[in-house]
Amino acid sequence: MNTYRIKHLRELEAEAIYIIREVAAQFERPVLLFSGGKDSIVLVHLSLKAFWPARIPYPLLHIDTGHNFAETLAYRDRLVERIGATLLVGSVQETIDQGRVVEERGVNASRNVLQTTTLLDTIARYRFDAAIGGARRDEEKARAKERIFSHRDEFGQWDPKNQRPELWNIFNGRKLMGEHFRVFPISNWTEMDVWQYILLEQIEMPSLYFTHRRKVFQRDGVWLADAPFMMKRQGEEVVEMDVRCRTIGDVTCTGVTLSMADSVEDIVNEIAATRVTERGGRYDDRRSDAAMEDRKREGYF
Amino acid sequence: MTHNPTQGYLDMELLRFTTAGSVDDGKSTLIGRLLYDSKAIFEDQMEAVRNYSLRKGNQDLDLSLFTDGLRSEREQGITIDVAYRYFATPRRKFIIADTPGHIQYTRNMVTGASTANAAIVLIDARNGITEQTRRHCFIASLLRIPYLIVCVNKMDLVGFDQKVYDEILADFNLLRSKLSFNDITFVPISALQGDNVVEKSGMMSWYQGSTLLDILETLDIQTGLNYTDARFPVQYVIRPHDDSYHDYRSYAGRVEGGVFKPGDKVVVLPSGLTSTIESIDVFQGSLPEAFPPQSVSFRLADDIDISRGDVISKVDSLPQISQEIDVMMCWMNLRPMKAGGTYVLRQTTREVKCIVKELYHKIDINTLEPGTDTNNLAANEIGLVNLKVAKPLVYDAYSRNRQTGSVILVDEGTNETVGVGMIIG
Ligand SMILES: Nc1nc2c(ncn2[C@@H]2O[C@H](COP(=O)(O)OP(=O)(O)O)[C@@H](O)[C@H]2O)c(=O)[nH]1
Repeated sequence: MNTYRIKHLRELEAEAIYIIREVAAQFERPVLLFSGGKDSIVLVHLSLKAFWPARIPYPLLHIDTGHNFAETLAYRDRLVERIGATLLVGSVQETIDQGRVVEERGVNASRNVLQTTTLLDTIARYRFDAAIGGARRDEEKARAKERIFSHRDEFGQWDPKNQRPELWNIFNGRKLMGEHFRVFPISNWTEMDVWQYILLEQIEMPSLYFTHRRKVFQRDGVWLADAPFMMKRQGEEVVEMDVRCRTIGDVTCTGVTLSMADSVEDIVNEIAATRVTERGGRYDDRRSDAAMEDRKREGYF
Repeated sequence: MTHNPTQGYLDMELLRFTTAGSVDDGKSTLIGRLLYDSKAIFEDQMEAVRNYSLRKGNQDLDLSLFTDGLRSEREQGITIDVAYRYFATPRRKFIIADTPGHIQYTRNMVTGASTANAAIVLIDARNGITEQTRRHCFIASLLRIPYLIVCVNKMDLVGFDQKVYDEILADFNLLRSKLSFNDITFVPISALQGDNVVEKSGMMSWYQGSTLLDILETLDIQTGLNYTDARFPVQYVIRPHDDSYHDYRSYAGRVEGGVFKPGDKVVVLPSGLTSTIESIDVFQGSLPEAFPPQSVSFRLADDIDISRGDVISKVDSLPQISQEIDVMMCWMNLRPMKAGGTYVLRQTTREVKCIVKELYHKIDINTLEPGTDTNNLAANEIGLVNLKVAKPLVYDAYSRNRQTGSVILVDEGTNETVGVGMIIG
């Protein structure tokens, strides 16, 4: 035995930085998918660490459904300003206006699925060959099997049955023209790891993650934020509650939790005590048991 | 267990382990049990599993469903790929690489084993050691996983009888001489009822050892890392092109062996150029030393030519350099490997072309003995091959260093990873 011991967060960090540097070395046109959520914020932080004192050698890409929390956009713009990164925005509204996709109708209408087309269009337009994403294997069953360097064919599709073997530290990013990779540096992190890391590194987080009073209503057991574009069913009553977001995404499918947590420490303690997964609060995954797998095959995040 | 998540987390370590067993030995149930008893399963997951069990007409909660994966596999009723699971106790965070027990899926076992510190092999107490048990142990041993934990499962079905357990241990001892683990531990368990998994069994007082979770929480994680031979494969060159860091240049990478300190004399391979480490840089600062598996960057005292794929080392423990290597190869692709075939080889951060000069012999994975057939290596077969590479490789034997001693072969046409190998020398 010797004194060269490394704790789990530092080991996860070292692994993520290694993966991020592999992306910069192996690909010509990488991009970081930035949603404004905690996972992509941690990815930006890890990217800063990986290349310091140089700037992050790739732009950030936000796929904008048009249904954002105002706080997300404010945070995004401040972050980009502070780190001197380039921000690109792919607009779902534009994709709809171009007639590439048709807006869903009804009370459960969401632009979450439509994002896939915008994402793939944007990747093709800028000829990105690697898109770094913040997905984690603990989030969802379909993700548990996905590789860290995950190959996408020229249609942007994932083939779970035909994934490349991934061994040791060796990541194979070779591809044909028109294909790309999704790369997931924090695959091995859990929700708890992410928050503990935020605490350890004192990363500034958007206010949405902390308790605040908000107009909300309940649907099928999930609390949803109210907004002008949120259609309500009869009997769905808007009330004011103390809530916080556990994940941040498109407003139409981001469930909020009743919570009084107003510091990262509170959040860590809250997660330690919670008995529901973070995606359990996401309305989009409730549609079916295999919802995520279907979306991923098509090219979703 | 009292545990403060905002304080204790700084002291936790990470253990990666892999699980293997034949179909129906109880692997899924065991993982479900570990997750369930360590409270890593949430209410909504529980609800989904309950619903699914009920739909199938199953009254009891089927623990194995927690680890069940993609839809098509669920329909076939088998696990067919590597899936990763996570759970934590106050002492450690665990990553499970869950791999299937099917004959045709050697490739997945090898994949799961490549990063593991420990392997759990399950044996059904009623069946004892089978051909698959042997195969799983051999693969884990070939991949140099430091620790093997043999769980004799379904003890409830043999009346928790010590005799059954002892006989299986005696049988296992006949295998030992062929295995290269640092340590092998045995535990009698019932994954279904939870005996000796997380809680000590009340039914097997004859067993004096620890529970499975205890063992996992106390294994020495450092075993398997090399702290003696300094190895730093360069991944990426950091150059800010920026006024405040005008002449800054550092070499980014991950320490794959040994310990580096500022002031150390280093040699860059394969060029053989030498320099001194001026600083070990990390975000907004520097470190007094760097060791595996840290990701850092080195600034050197001299302006020498270094790029991705080079290895920074020290003269007191030089790696091997050669254009010809012998490799224990596991074939991963449906199109077989043939002698004379050319591939792209990747090792640490280096990429070179290679040709398969010779396939000496296959390994019979049921006995770990050399076989005779030498024409080609088909999917899921393992064989000893000789490779010639276009440019010198800087490497160690896999038995010395799992990171600098491993290679993958990539098909130049399809870009698929078709073979994975461990360098013998
Ligand atoms: N009696 C008993 N049955 C078990 C035990 N562990 C697993 N089983 C049962 O054995 C069957 C196969 O288990 P499963 O976990 O699906 O096996 P896998 O194919 O190895 O993943 C299931 O019916 C389990 O309920 C055990 O310790 N005792």
